[in-house]
Amino acid sequence: MNPSLFSPEGLSGLLFLVMIALTVAGALLATNARRLIRAVAGLALCFVGVAGIYYFLNSPFLALMQILIYVGAVCITFVFAVMLAEPEEMQRVNKRNALVGPLSILVSGVMVWGLVALAAMTSWQKSPVRLNDGSLEKLGESLLGRYSMSFEMISIVLLVAIIGSLVLARAGRTK
Amino acid sequence: MDILTLSSNLNTYLTIGAFLFGMGVYGLVQHQTFIGMLISAELVLAGASVNFMAFGHFLAPDPTVGQIFALFIIGLAAAEAAIALSIIIAVYRNYRSIDVEDVAELKG
Repeated sequence: MNPSLFSPEGLSGLLFLVMIALTVAGALLATNARRLIRAVAGLALCFVGVAGIYYFLNSPFLALMQILIYVGAVCITFVFAVMLAEPEEMQRVNKRNALVGPLSILVSGVMVWGLVALAAMTSWQKSPVRLNDGSLEKLGESLLGRYSMSFEMISIVLLVAIIGSLVLARAGRTK
Repeated sequence: MDILTLSSNLNTYLTIGAFLFGMGVYGLVQHQTFIGMLISAELVLAGASVNFMAFGHFLAPDPTVGQIFALFIIGLAAAEAAIALSIIIAVYRNYRSIDVEDVAELKG
C-alpha cells in the first residue's frame, strides 16, 4: 500500500511529518538557544508538535490538554520566571571545561541509539483482546472508576504544590 | 515502508520518544541556568509520555491506560514546574543569579 500524496491518507501522512519536524525543531531550539526566552519558545513549539503526535495516536483530548496545560500554562510560567529572574546570559564567560559539549552530545547520542535499537529489535506482542476503543467517554469512566484513587492523589499533589510554591516564593519578601 | 504511512507504525513513536529523552539529557548538561535545566527536564517528561501513549494505543489491552498515565505526567510536570520555579526565584533573591555555577556555597 502506497498512498498518493493528494489522497486523504497521503495528506495526513504529510501532516504527521510536519508534526515530527515541529517537535524536532522545538527540541533543538530549546536545548541550543543562547537566550533563555528563545529556549522557552522552542519548548512551546516542541509541545505543539507533541500535541499533534497525540492526535495521531487517536487521542484528541490529550492533544488539547497538552496545548492547554503545557503551551498555555507551563510555558507562560517559565516566561514569568525568566522576566523575574532576568539572567544576564550575554556577558557570562564560559567557565566550564571544553570537553563538556562534545561529551554530552556523545552520551545522549549513545542513549538515543540504544533506545531506538532496543525498540527496533524487540518483537512487540499485540494484546489479543481490546477492552474498549479508548474514546473520551471510556477515558472518563476509567478515570473516575478504576483509577479514582490516583485521580484523588494527583489533586492533593496539585493542591500541595500550589500552597508550597506560594510559601516558597513569598519567603524573604519584606512587604 | 513508505514515508507517508509512518503514523501507523509503533517504532516511529518510540523513536520520537527516545529523541526527546536524549535531547532532554543533552540539554540538562548543556544549559548553565536553572531555568534551562528545568526546560530540559520537561523534554524528558514529554518523551516518556509519548512512549506511554504509543504503547497504550498499539499494544495495551485497555487503551485508556496510556492516556491516563500521560494525563498524570502532565499534572505532575505542572506541579514540578511551579515548585521548581518558585525555588529558582527564591534562589535568585538570595544570590542575584540563576547560574548553576554561582550557587556553590557547600562546595569544598
